[in-house]
Amino acid sequence: MEHYHMNLNLKVWRQKNSNTKGDFKTYQVKNISSEMSFLEMFDVLNEQLISEGEEPVAFDHDCREGICGMCSMYINGKPHGPWQANTTCQLHMRAFKDGDTIVVEPWRANAFPVIKDLTVDRTSFDRIIQAGGYISVNTGNAVDGNALPINKDNADNSFAAAMCIGCGACVAACKNSSAMLFLSAKVSHLALLPQGEPERKTRVLNMVAQMDKEGFGACTNTGACEATCPKEISLTNIARLNAEYLSASLSAEK
Amino acid sequence: MTWKQVFTSSVGKKLVMGLTGISLVLFLIVHAGINACVFADMVDPNENGEMFNKAAHFMGSTVLIRIMEIGLFAGIILHIFQGYLLTLENKQKRSVGYAVTYTDGSKWYSRSMGLLGTLILIFLVLHLYHFWVSARFTHEGLAPVTYNGVEMHNMFALMQATFTEWWVIGVYTAGCISLAYHLAHGFQSAFRTLGVHNKRYTTLLTTVGYAYSIIITLAFIFMPLSFKLGWIG
Ligand code: HEM
Ligand code: SF4
Ligand code: FES
Repeated sequence: MEHYHMNLNLKVWRQKNSNTKGDFKTYQVKNISSEMSFLEMFDVLNEQLISEGEEPVAFDHDCREGICGMCSMYINGKPHGPWQANTTCQLHMRAFKDGDTIVVEPWRANAFPVIKDLTVDRTSFDRIIQAGGYISVNTGNAVDGNALPINKDNADNSFAAAMCIGCGACVAACKNSSAMLFLSAKVSHLALLPQGEPERKTRVLNMVAQMDKEGFGACTNTGACEATCPKEISLTNIARLNAEYLSASLSAEK
Repeated sequence: MTWKQVFTSSVGKKLVMGLTGISLVLFLIVHAGINACVFADMVDPNENGEMFNKAAHFMGSTVLIRIMEIGLFAGIILHIFQGYLLTLENKQKRSVGYAVTYTDGSKWYSRSMGLLGTLILIFLVLHLYHFWVSARFTHEGLAPVTYNGVEMHNMFALMQATFTEWWVIGVYTAGCISLAYHLAHGFQSAFRTLGVHNKRYTTLLTTVGYAYSIIITLAFIFMPLSFKLGWIG
């Protein structure tokens, strides 16, 4: 692909902290290389702001290789920007052309309050995981991985669900701010494996209860989450979660 | 895990929607089947709704159906109440909205279930006023008719009298089209809510859902229109 440079107009959400009301600020960046990543373009913007004596834009990032789930920008109306199955850090500037205006917003959901600018607090996800996203393992030597026979379809579906990096784009995309795609990925990942069996029922009940407590919405099965997910987590997992929830709640002892 | 917890969690509230929704879907098959008897008059112009009147009379005459009627009303009230509650609660989960909205991956009608439900509700109120209130309580506009010595309501004549004005046909048609879109999403969604996740079923149920939505809707739209255009009656 041809290498080119571009000048861009950026409309970026600026917000001092969670207690203040934010608004959009417009910036111009010049001579941006089409080979840059979206975050590198933001690095350029921040260098520019610092040299002008202004506060740089706060945004989350860590691995910058699409695996940690930290980056979280809502770009031109799409979580993680215009590319399919892609994170913000892996979005490259060749997705844009000279003169484009790019609107950048933080994830919007009451369960993800804005900390500053484009950075949101996603510890609600951590608390959902703490409520049941684990298995019990005996101490001592690690068991031989092949000692336990696992159905191939289950292994594949579990692996596909385990791809979720907990970025929260599904919540950002959902009209209900629902965390069901995330939760269903976590529940499916463990429910499909024999290792997940001991906590199978309590896991789904406790994780759903925590999700509700954190203030995420219910699921309407619209499919927006699946379309935006950088790891292509399937909507089918939500139906599996519903089945897990139904059987766990109907067969609960108390 | 109390029963209250089961049905008031976010997943449980959707279970209520799915279960009541599927009950309504089943009810509409019976409803459309009974009402389709009016088309007998199309085949035989001297029929004058005899088949339909007898079927409607039967539906109103057994205790079992009276009990099911109570269940149906409970179901629809629960569906409407829970539907609006969910729509409202879900909206409140995002106090600050986006400047640019995301629409990928979802159909407009899946995002508009509350609006479509409201259009159905407007139709439903008018519809119940036209037929249910009259047949059960006021008997307004209901002449008796006798077949083989059994006296019953002439519901066929009431339909004929009701479907004379275009605005009525309009509201009925709009209600039916709203229902088609409500179910184009709702049918398969309800089964997902109930936990159906095997791909062979989800694909099949999506197709059956589209077919159901189109067939039921066309059957219902055709009735008022046929009376108005004089194809029956
Ligand atoms: C009378 C007015 C009605 C209202 C206000 C209403 C409202 C709603 C709403 C808001 C939803 C979406 C809930 C959500 O997922 O967020 C819904 C879903 C649904 N509705 Fe209705 N509805 C009405 C009538 C009907 C009728 C007549 C039928 C069937 C014949 C029906 C069948 C369904 C089904 C199958 C679903 C999907 C449930 C699920 O996703 O699990 N609704 N309704
Ligand atoms: S399901 Fe997808 S969009 Fe949601 S948190 Fe996991 S990786 Fe991100
Ligand atoms: S920074 Fe780690 S996924 Fe983007």
